[in-house]
Formats: sequence, C-alpha cells, structure tokens
Amino acid sequence: MRSDFDKLTVVDLARHYGRRKALSQVNFTCETGEIIGLLGPNGAGKSTLLNILATLISPSLGRVEYGACTAAEGGADVRGRIGMLGHDLFLYPELTARENLVFFAQLYGLPDAPAVADASLARAGLADRGDDLVSGFSRGMRQRVALERALLHEPRLVLLDEPFTGLDQASTAALVARLRERQQAGCILVIATHDLDVADGLLSRAIYLKNGRVVGTDSDSRGLSERYRLAIQ
Amino acid sequence: MRKLNPLFIGLSAVMLGIAPWIINAAPYESTMGLVQKVFYFHFPAAILFLVASLICGVASAMFLFGKKASADGWAIAAAELGLVFGSLTLVTGPLWARKAWGVWWVWDPRLTSSLLLFMIFSAYLLLRRYGGPGSDKLGAGMALFGMANVPFIYVSVNVWRTLHPQTSVVPTLPTDMGVPLWFCFAAFSMLFAALLNLRARLEHQRARVEALYLAEDEA
Amino acid sequence: MIGAFLRVAWHVMRKDLTVEVRSKEVLFTTLFFAVSVVLVFSFAIVREGRAPDDVAAGILWVAVSFSGTLAMGRTFERERYNDTLRALLLAPADRPAIYTGKLLGLLALLALVEIVLVPLIGLLFNAPVLAFPGRLAALLALGTLGFAAVGTLFAAMLVRVRSRDTLLPVLLYPITIPVMIAGVRGTAALFQATPDLPMAQFWIGLLIFWDAIFITLALWTFEPVMTE
Repeated sequence: MRSDFDKLTVVDLARHYGRRKALSQVNFTCETGEIIGLLGPNGAGKSTLLNILATLISPSLGRVEYGACTAAEGGADVRGRIGMLGHDLFLYPELTARENLVFFAQLYGLPDAPAVADASLARAGLADRGDDLVSGFSRGMRQRVALERALLHEPRLVLLDEPFTGLDQASTAALVARLRERQQAGCILVIATHDLDVADGLLSRAIYLKNGRVVGTDSDSRGLSERYRLAIQ
Repeated sequence: MRKLNPLFIGLSAVMLGIAPWIINAAPYESTMGLVQKVFYFHFPAAILFLVASLICGVASAMFLFGKKASADGWAIAAAELGLVFGSLTLVTGPLWARKAWGVWWVWDPRLTSSLLLFMIFSAYLLLRRYGGPGSDKLGAGMALFGMANVPFIYVSVNVWRTLHPQTSVVPTLPTDMGVPLWFCFAAFSMLFAALLNLRARLEHQRARVEALYLAEDEA
Repeated sequence: MIGAFLRVAWHVMRKDLTVEVRSKEVLFTTLFFAVSVVLVFSFAIVREGRAPDDVAAGILWVAVSFSGTLAMGRTFERERYNDTLRALLLAPADRPAIYTGKLLGLLALLALVEIVLVPLIGLLFNAPVLAFPGRLAALLALGTLGFAAVGTLFAAMLVRVRSRDTLLPVLLYPITIPVMIAGVRGTAALFQATPDLPMAQFWIGLLIFWDAIFITLALWTFEPVMTE
C-alpha cells in the first residue's frame, strides 16, 4: 500500500496549550517489530503524545513522519494504517460487541464486515457473547473488544493508552500474547503505561517522559521499576 | 501603518470634538427636523459596523483555511469594534425613534437586522471567552457562518417587516451627502482604523509574548 | 469517492438510529419537551380561549427549534461518553461524511417529532395543516434541514468545551434566525384565513438558498474546526 510505512520518526515534537508545555523537544524513532513503552507519571504528556501520533492532535512544533510523509501529507491513508486503543475504549455501550465491530469495519471500508467482526470476536474469545450489549461487559471483556476494534484493519502502527488498567491476570496475559503476536507480524507498537511489572520483559525500548520532556530511554527491558524510578527522579 | 495610529486618534478626537458645532450649523432636513441630526452619527456607525463584520469574516476565513495565525488577531479586533459600533448604532437608532415616533423600538427592518448581527458578534465573543483552549478555531468557524448570514438577515427581516408596510424609521441614504456627514464619517473611520490596528496589534503582541515565554527554557 | 462518502454517512446514520431505537431516550424526551413547549406557549398566549392570528406557526417553529437544540446536544453527548468521536475521527473516512451521517440521524429524529407536533398544532389552534401539505412539508423539511445542519456542526465543535450546554443555543439561535423567520412567516402564510401562496413560495425559495450555502459551508469547515 502506498501509504504503508516501516519507520516512525518523531522530530522535535512540541505541543503547547497556551502557556503550558504539554510536550517539548520529543525526538525518537521506531521501526517495525518494536514495542515502545512510554513511561512517566501522570501529566507527563503520554496521552498527548499518543494522540499526536494518532494524528488526532496537531503538534505546535516539530513533526511526525510515517515513513516518508507527515500526517498532513498522508491524510486519510495514513490514518488507515493506525489503530488506537484509547483510555476510554471507544466503544458504543448501547450496541452489542458484534455491532460495534461491524460498524467500525464498515467505517474502515473493510470488505465483508460481518465476517471480519466474527473473526475478531473469535480471537478475543468472545464469540459466544457477540450479541450482548457492551454495557453489560466487564472491564476486561470490553478491553478485549476494544483491542480487536483497534486491530480490525490490521494497522501498521498500534497505539495503546494504559491498556493494562483494571485487568486481571488472565486478561493481562491474553493482551500481552496478542501484542507479541502483532509484534511478530511486523507492527510498530507504542504503549503508554503505568504498569511496570507487565511492561518489564515486554518492551523492546522504554522512553521516560516527565513534564512533557523525554528524560531518558532504555533498551534493556529488565528491572524496569528500578530504572524508571532512577530516570524519573 | 503604526505611525498613523496616534495621528488618526488625535485627528478623530479633534474632529469629533468640533462635530456638534458643524452638525448644528447644518441645514434642517425638511420632513424630520432637528431629530434627523442623530443621523450624522448613526449612519457612519452603521456602515462601520458592517465593515467590521466583513473584516471579521474574511480574517476568520484566512485563519481557518489559509492557516494564517495573525489573521486571528484581526478577527477579534474586528468583532470587538463591531460590538462598539453596533452599540452606537443601536443606541442612536432608538433615540431617533423615540423622538420621531414616541416609542423606543418599532421593529424597523434595518435596526432589527443590526440587532441580530450584534447578537452574532456577542455570541462570537462569548465563545472566544468561554470556549476554552482551541476556541480560536471554533470562533473562526462560527464567525464564517455569522458573516455569511448578513445578506440573508437583511433580506428576511426586510421582507418580514414590509409585509405590513410601515414607514422606515431609518431614512434612506440622504441625497445630499453634506459636509457634516462626510466630516463625521471621516472622523469615525479614522477612529475605527486606529482602534482596529491597536487591538489587532495587542493580540499579536500577546501571541509573541507567549511564544517567547514558551521558547524561554528550550535547551 | 462519492460512493465512499455516502457509504460512510449511511453507516454512521444507521449506527445512530440503532442506538436510538434501542433506548428511545432522546426520542421520547425530545418529543415530550416539544409538546411541553407548545403547551407553555399556549398558556402564555391564548387568552379567553382564542389565540391571536399567526401564533400557531410561531409556536410550531419555536417548539421545533427548542427541542431540536436539545436533541443535538444529546446525540453528541453520546459520542463524548466513551470518546467515540475520537474513534470516528481516527477512521480513514472523509470527515464531512461523518458530519453528514450525524446530520441525517438528527433529521430522522426531528422528522418524527414534527410528525407529532404538526397535528397537535392543527388540533390546538385549529390551524389548517392539511390545506397545503406539500408546501408545509417543504417548509418544515427545508427549515429543519438548515437548522439541523448548522446545529450539528456547532454541537460537534462544542463537544470538548466545558460550557457546551449553554453555548450551543447562544451560538445557534442568532445564526439560524433567517431560517426561523422564513419558516414561521411561510407557515403563517399558509395558515392565514386567505392563504398567501406566493409568499410561502418566496420563503421556500429563500430556505433552499440558505440551506445550499450553509450546508456547503458546514461541509467545508467541519474538518478544520474538528482538528485540534
């Protein structure tokens, strides 16, 4: 596909809200098969950065390059290669799981939306709950549906905002497995998380954010909690 | 442009100062008598009100579609001045109506249209004030709609009011554009231009200060 | 291109209507509110059992505009709930297509409300609603379209703004005054003792013109105004 990319480059990125610097001087690169962790305290700018990577917010300074082109140049095609699991899950509670997936599949222009939705439900292990309203699901189940929704169109860049929040052991393990599977498939994954225990061993690289700035990066993914504390000091 | 501002303000202050005497010396209009003289203030104010709305609309379009950040300063300046000159129009109009017809408001088409436009400006400024971050873009969008409405407002209010014909409170364009009218027009226009300039500059300076502040502790 | 646009709009509209049919919350509350508005205004205006002329048209349109504003707020509130608006914007779909879908959903809702309101007005005020059904329908359709088109844009714009509930009417009403004037005067021309058809025709023409310009404007400005 013309707009497909295998490298994500963030150059001198900054985002200001009036006088508040939500992000400043953010630089990094990632390539396919990498799982990047955005780690930092609340208000560090992780969500803002993810939203900018998703092209939902435009940067005040700097740019993001998806392969060779920026968000503005790529337009809708670039968006078609990005999938996001937001903190608020992006699901319609008044619709069933299947309806949610079918709707988004149709929105993304995927052929045979019902089949795609069924396949996703199966992968999420919720094939039997497909016709239940999402409002009746537990957090873990909703998360699974939301993740499949984000991955419906097999995006190249997968962005996850606090995906491990409120998940039990089994759900966390399932999520980790799915993410590794995507990593093998050649996706670029960027995860903003607080959950250092899970991130430990999962991430190829960690980027520490504090007050909107990058205060350190790490490629060694062991002993994350300790190194996080050191970096964020 | 900037050098002219003090000149404009000074000149217009002087001119408005002697305006009462010039207006007094002007001939009485045959049908309406003394009251008609409110017109020398009312008419320029109304025209400049329209000009302000035009500037606001164009600046908003440039900001939203042309992505010119400085255009936003002009848009706010024009909107605020529109409010000022609109108030002037809406105060002098009823003053005239009161003396001529005995009531403050007679739903005259032009005054009613001005009132609606005034409300659109007020809504715009309310949005800018209370819209939170990003309200500059939202305001620009709304301003476009407001300004596109101007011809429609005039047409619909006119047709609405002339269904039951009633003499327009606001007389049509005076056929003799006498000295007093041009005098007041010039004075108000200079005041308008100077204030617009100053207000827009204020916005631009504010944006500059913010940019400097933000660049301050960049390594 | 057009196909994809219409497809997206259609899916968004269907999704909105599915959600609405399930709960019927917005439909019932809007309907009830519209009827309440009619009653309140009737109490205010009807004296000794008789309403002044032309009041039926005015009350009808006031009820449509008030209840429409409420409905708009509610439909976008739903998109705010789980941040699904963000998901919609994230999709590679044409942004104006999303706007169109939401607009169509809103129009379907308001059409249902008006189907109830018009007979009600006819009943309460002895208004000849069946005299010129075609023209009346045209006035209502075009007027509601204009009102809803601007309202959908503004409601979407205000979704992230804190005082969105008060700002929506503040912004919407002054801008849609020509639509209100045209709607009320056109309807009044039809309800008059001696109906003024050319007048009604004039207002219909004005509405067509207004709608064309403002819907185009809305489609143009939706994307720049929604990107943060």
